[in-house]
Amino acid sequence: MSSDVLAVAEHRRGELRDVTFEVVTAGRELAAEMGGDLHLAVIAGDVDGFAETLNLDGVDTIDTVDDGAEFNHDLYAGALEALFAEIDPTALLMPNSVNGLDYAPAVANALELPYVSDAIDFAYDGGLEATREMYGSKVETTVTVDAEQFAVTVRGGEWAPTEGTGEAAVEPFDYEFDADAAGSRVTGFEEVGGGDVDIADADFLVSIGRGIEEEENLDLIRDLVDATGATLSSSRPIVDNGWLPKNRQVGQSGKQVTPDVYLAIGISGAVQHVAGMKGAETIVAVNTDPNAPIFDIADYGVVGDLFDVVPALIEQFE
Amino acid sequence: MKVLVTVKEVAEAADDFEIDGLDVGEQYLEYDLNEWDDYAIEAGVQLSEAFDDVEVVSVTIGPERSEETIRMALAKGADRAVRVWDDDVAAADLDVAAKARLLAAVADEEDPDLILSGVQANDDGFGATGVALADELGFEWAAVVNALDMSEDFSTASVHRELEGGVEELTDVDLPAVLTIQTGLNEPRYASLRGIRQAQSKEIAPMTLDDLGLDTDAVASPIERTSMYEPETESDATYFEGDAGDQASQLADMLREKGVVGE
Ligand SMILES: Cc1cc2nc3c(=O)[nH]c(=O)nc-3n(C[C@H](O)[C@H](O)[C@H](O)COP(=O)(O)OP(=O)(O)OC[C@H]3O[C@@H](n4cnc5c(N)ncnc54)[C@H](O)[C@@H]3O)c2cc1C
Repeated sequence: MSSDVLAVAEHRRGELRDVTFEVVTAGRELAAEMGGDLHLAVIAGDVDGFAETLNLDGVDTIDTVDDGAEFNHDLYAGALEALFAEIDPTALLMPNSVNGLDYAPAVANALELPYVSDAIDFAYDGGLEATREMYGSKVETTVTVDAEQFAVTVRGGEWAPTEGTGEAAVEPFDYEFDADAAGSRVTGFEEVGGGDVDIADADFLVSIGRGIEEEENLDLIRDLVDATGATLSSSRPIVDNGWLPKNRQVGQSGKQVTPDVYLAIGISGAVQHVAGMKGAETIVAVNTDPNAPIFDIADYGVVGDLFDVVPALIEQFE
Repeated sequence: MKVLVTVKEVAEAADDFEIDGLDVGEQYLEYDLNEWDDYAIEAGVQLSEAFDDVEVVSVTIGPERSEETIRMALAKGADRAVRVWDDDVAAADLDVAAKARLLAAVADEEDPDLILSGVQANDDGFGATGVALADELGFEWAAVVNALDMSEDFSTASVHRELEGGVEELTDVDLPAVLTIQTGLNEPRYASLRGIRQAQSKEIAPMTLDDLGLDTDAVASPIERTSMYEPETESDATYFEGDAGDQASQLADMLREKGVVGE
């Protein structure tokens, strides 16, 4: 066994995704603590082009698997299992992205590696100690992994992206993937969420979450929107319920927005929601729960019941 | 045809809570069906309505208390349920691999064509059990599924996987497979009164490690929770104090100052 880290890059439709550069930072940290090298696996797509971009500070080896155009979990799982056997690293590090959710647990299970997902921090001192969140980000936990080798996925946005050029060696890795025998086939992509407005263009978003409770109560928020000239957006459950169209959803799987002011009403601030709105210049939160994670990123906070605060706010503008 | 739906009873911490050792104090926890599993149950029940001869079995790992939650699945149309628990399971700190082993043992007995599971559980948010289970069983899988179209002969599931940023991936998956279900896939039904009554007479089969042909090794885990704490608030928010009227007027002033509302 080596004390190396094997990290995995992510790309989609020809572009490396931001999380890749964050995983590199996390991997560098871990490799430094373990005294090993950082390997970066790049699987499918224009691996040589990607490898050039990924010659980043602290990356020792880029292992390329030149097969397939896009992500396919059968390819990723198979290639990573083979690569892991070859490098025999201490740590396998993957992004906790949607594609990460689709291959990381399978790889860990196949390699019989203890698996910790969605780490927001970690340290290595003879074993892994990882920090995670529970109960909708209300608490943090540390977990220790008592094993020589382990797999961990990292949450996006928690590690700064690595910049700066390094001296990575590019090593093509021969892996035979039998696409015909694979049980899953990616057949295409589809964009969703077009429609009447682009909330990404708005200067002032009034955004509503599950705190609104009932569809009828949305009228109250519409009144606020009318009184202030704001644009209406929401967290995911509102869209899941069919109360607003998908193009209004802010978040990881919705839209990324950067308004001057984001007024979050009855929204807890789940990580996937925050991913879409943390770039707002000013964030205001109205929530009954003083411990709601949204207050951690808010510039202004109103601890209170939206059914009291919103009518009072409407009055201010009438 | 058989569809196995994995469900979990999850705990939610009250607005005001205290930590007791390695967990939130029991008195501050409320239990409910995992949000993502609700959509998985609905997907299973809809398949049973769309196809002839589909049995929907729900499986959970949980103490007796969780039968309340399982009954919700039965009331919504699952045909029967299996609940895995015994003293060894109760004493264990189940990691993903242990859960996958337990559920795989149940799947071995049930021999399902399709397994539906939630993308994640909203208490510990590991987001891994379904895919690990697929690997354990040698099944195909797809994670974060928000649209599902089953072929007439129940051999291939055409799914949409919801990626980041409003992009969906279209994938065909051969059965037997595990799909992890994203919220929004469907509209979970409410349990009807009739459903609730019927659920009372449906079977919830208790299963121990022994029944599943496993021993305590199956639930051993190298991962241990060593601390839980309330994160130091990173908040440097300015809070508007007073009653709702006071709060609203300060908020209104701020919005005017920022220039996002006129006047
Ligand atoms: C793969 C994946 C992708 C996801 N993508 C997204 C995404 O793009 N966007 C997104 O938003 N979510 C996304 N989610 C879901 C996310 O994890 C949360 O479930 C969701 O953001 C919660 O929405 P919420 O804050 O409105 O609801 P909750 O978390 O239920 O919060 C409701 C809040 O309202 C407060 N409240 C209740 N009553 C009142 C009242 N009367 N007055 C004031 N406050 C009140 C409560 O205190 C609570 O904080 C995704 C999840 C997964 C797994």
